[in-house]
Amino acid sequence: MKAHLTRRYIFSASHRLHCDELSEEQNREVYGKCNNPHGHGHNYALEVTVSGQVDAMTGMVCDLAELDETVRRGVLERFDHVNLNLCPEFAALVPTTEKLIETVFHILKQNFKAAHLEKVRLEETAMNSFEYCGN
Amino acid sequence: MVYLTRKCEFSASHYYHNPEFTEEENRRVFGKCANLNGHGHNYTLEVTVKGDVDPKTGFVVDLKDLKEILNREVLEALDHRHLNKEVPEFFRQIPTTENLAITIWNRLQSKLKVAKLHRVRVYEMPDLFVDFYGEA
Repeated sequence: MKAHLTRRYIFSASHRLHCDELSEEQNREVYGKCNNPHGHGHNYALEVTVSGQVDAMTGMVCDLAELDETVRRGVLERFDHVNLNLCPEFAALVPTTEKLIETVFHILKQNFKAAHLEKVRLEETAMNSFEYCGN
Repeated sequence: MVYLTRKCEFSASHYYHNPEFTEEENRRVFGKCANLNGHGHNYTLEVTVKGDVDPKTGFVVDLKDLKEILNREVLEALDHRHLNKEVPEFFRQIPTTENLAITIWNRLQSKLKVAKLHRVRVYEMPDLFVDFYGEA
């Protein structure tokens, strides 16, 4: 039987949305408050969904501790309590939640092999959330 | 096609232990969950059914019927129970959230006459849930 397992994690980070190729005025127009020069922050909630056959011996899709460890090392240690604009991943990217979720998905895809990575869901605030399935 | 989700809660205790594993393997694979004295959770169950909206009633499913099936087939069997000791499906299977979602699906599927079961979602904690869509 194939089941989908979802685990939720929280991390906090700051960012400023600003594109060097746009003028100051265009940046303000496109990004609004998110373009304020000193940045701002969010409590991000990350939901990672993996799928696979439920193992007959363990009753599990995968070892949860292994998933937690992969997310801790790959995502939380990298992005929790940092300024996203200063992270190497965003040296040439505007750290919108769209770009952040793509980045998180690819990090997890590369590092977690114990089950199939189905989907990553990222809440920027309680009102905004994004989903990415890798395509 | 419209999807309707009904949510309910139940509380139960369990432990994870496979008699085919050594004690050491049980502790390594299941961690704290292998404590044979058990522990418990407040589970949240979301059952999603799908179907066409009946032109006479405007319903996908009669919620009274769905609630009654949920109460009878799931809540009465699982709420305030020890899953390993009181629920026959778990006399041999390990009562993980994965197996719980599959068990609830199996208990509901044959009882739903009008709408079709689409998804069973079981939250073991607010930060951990399993979805089962009836896939082999």
